[in-house]
Amino acid sequence: MPLGDKAGLKPAKPMREVFGEALLALVRENERVVVLDGDLSNTTKTLAVREAFPERFFNIGLAESNMVSIGAGLADCGFIPFITSMSGFLLTNGYDQLRLNIAIGGVNAKVVGSHGGITLGKDGPTAMAIEDLALVGGLPSFVILVPSDPATMHAAVRAMAAWEGPVYLRSSRVAMPHIYPMDACPFEIGKAIVAREGDDLTIVGCGIMVAAALDAAAMLADEGIEARVLDLHTLRPLDERALVAAARETGAIVTAEEHLLHGGMGSNVARIVAEHYPVPMRFVGLADTYTESGDPEDLLAKYGLTAEDIVLAAKEVVRAKRRR
Amino acid sequence: MSSDFKPMSVPELKEMAKIIRTDIIEMIHEAQSGHPGGSLSAADIVTALYFRMLRVDPENPGWPDRDRFILSKGHACPVWYAALAERGFFDKAHLRTLRKLGSILQGHADMKKTPGVDMTVGSLGQGICAGVGMALSGKLRGKDYHVWVVVGDGECQEGSVWEAAMAGNKWHLDNLTVIVDKNGIQNDWFVAEEMPVDPLNDKWRAFGWHVLEIDGHDMAQIVEALETALTIKGKPTCVIAHTVKGKGVSFMENVPAWHGKAPTTEQAEIALKEIKEAA
Repeated sequence: MPLGDKAGLKPAKPMREVFGEALLALVRENERVVVLDGDLSNTTKTLAVREAFPERFFNIGLAESNMVSIGAGLADCGFIPFITSMSGFLLTNGYDQLRLNIAIGGVNAKVVGSHGGITLGKDGPTAMAIEDLALVGGLPSFVILVPSDPATMHAAVRAMAAWEGPVYLRSSRVAMPHIYPMDACPFEIGKAIVAREGDDLTIVGCGIMVAAALDAAAMLADEGIEARVLDLHTLRPLDERALVAAARETGAIVTAEEHLLHGGMGSNVARIVAEHYPVPMRFVGLADTYTESGDPEDLLAKYGLTAEDIVLAAKEVVRAKRRR
Repeated sequence: MSSDFKPMSVPELKEMAKIIRTDIIEMIHEAQSGHPGGSLSAADIVTALYFRMLRVDPENPGWPDRDRFILSKGHACPVWYAALAERGFFDKAHLRTLRKLGSILQGHADMKKTPGVDMTVGSLGQGICAGVGMALSGKLRGKDYHVWVVVGDGECQEGSVWEAAMAGNKWHLDNLTVIVDKNGIQNDWFVAEEMPVDPLNDKWRAFGWHVLEIDGHDMAQIVEALETALTIKGKPTCVIAHTVKGKGVSFMENVPAWHGKAPTTEQAEIALKEIKEAA
């Protein structure tokens, strides 16, 4: 069943295309915004900016380290650079520079990692970013954004430009269905969105797993279990209030992310829950493993990142809650 | 720009370089930690920049039209701190707090903590890339400021230096000048034996840069090269400055061990005496 079908979500275009449109709109309205790219403008979809605003587009070539530092220099001179490439290359190749030239200085640069997670599919594990959120997590001054649908992508691109300081945004190769209305998206950096109300447990998701969580919630509802779905689009600053409220009000939490469990969203949610209001938790994500080449849907199924996986975890955590 | 500052003559710069070297030894001795060798090798270059070339305003370090300076070889920041203090960016008393808890002077320069520092440095090979970004900004904004970057010759082993060299050529960044403090020694040993970088002049030339070669301790040559760099149009300039690591202190000169260790009190006294009595 297509992602979002069970929850009645409308299909959308691939997120990287949504990102490209959002970025072009931003470049149009804000003359301080410039775009840096590492020979992948047709991949990340910064191509539209390259064509419409060639003087504000810098192709740095295959030199991600240099690109990050050049971006820092532009930011230091008052520009708002969007430093873009595939996440798997940008963060690993440019990490030293992200840390020194941007994070430590708190420089106002924006970093966009395209093709996050395993859903880039056939290019295989060398190109997949299954650790990007953990890596940016190691850069304390960075805000971390993981949009879940076209509306949150547009809102996130606007919000990150307005935010003073370093921001990382995860973009994706694949489509994520519409969850929120394009003209009334309740997105605010650091404020999780309750995408569905429910009292029996909370499913906390980010990125593509929010639609999967909504599907799972619809499946659980068929069995009389009402799940709250929390769209945790901002991993830093974490919305502690929403997480503690979820623990207190629903008594059980499942987290779902297209990322390694180690150092990802779930482990950070667990830290907050454990500290403030411990409740049973289950974690959907990649256990310590690299994946393989394949179609995105097949990969999500094989590696345990589907609505069905969330349903299993939800039932387990609700049983654990009732045993207490 | 503060009006009371007058760019210095070569004889004045020579005297100022002695003061800068004195500050370097005193602050590293006080900290009992730091990198004297590469600070002393860059002392004449940095002095010429701060006291003759750079259009900066110590009263207004964030002046948008200022010239930018980045010491890409960030471990040599005592020379940077000395120049900033002597130029009036902050009180000289801070020099005695180098590397101490709560200081504005970190072990490697931090743009958030030190007035006049435009880019955080410390991991080698990055300051030059940031300098490319600043030079691009100048072009994009139609500003006439110049970006000056000092790199080490050991630092030229970092691949990102050559990524920056390619980019400088691509965008014809004639508002960017890189000065290689070619002292021939890196942390462990001599550059030529660790991982040779020569012929540096041919390398930079092959990357499309205008290349000048000078004695990095001859103040007249330094000034002439830096002023020439401002006149080269259509391409960035690289000044290869042949220097001596530890220059000005006999027992530190050309000795790898003085890359990153502090002098004892006795050694510091000898060093300060030598600097004071130098021609």
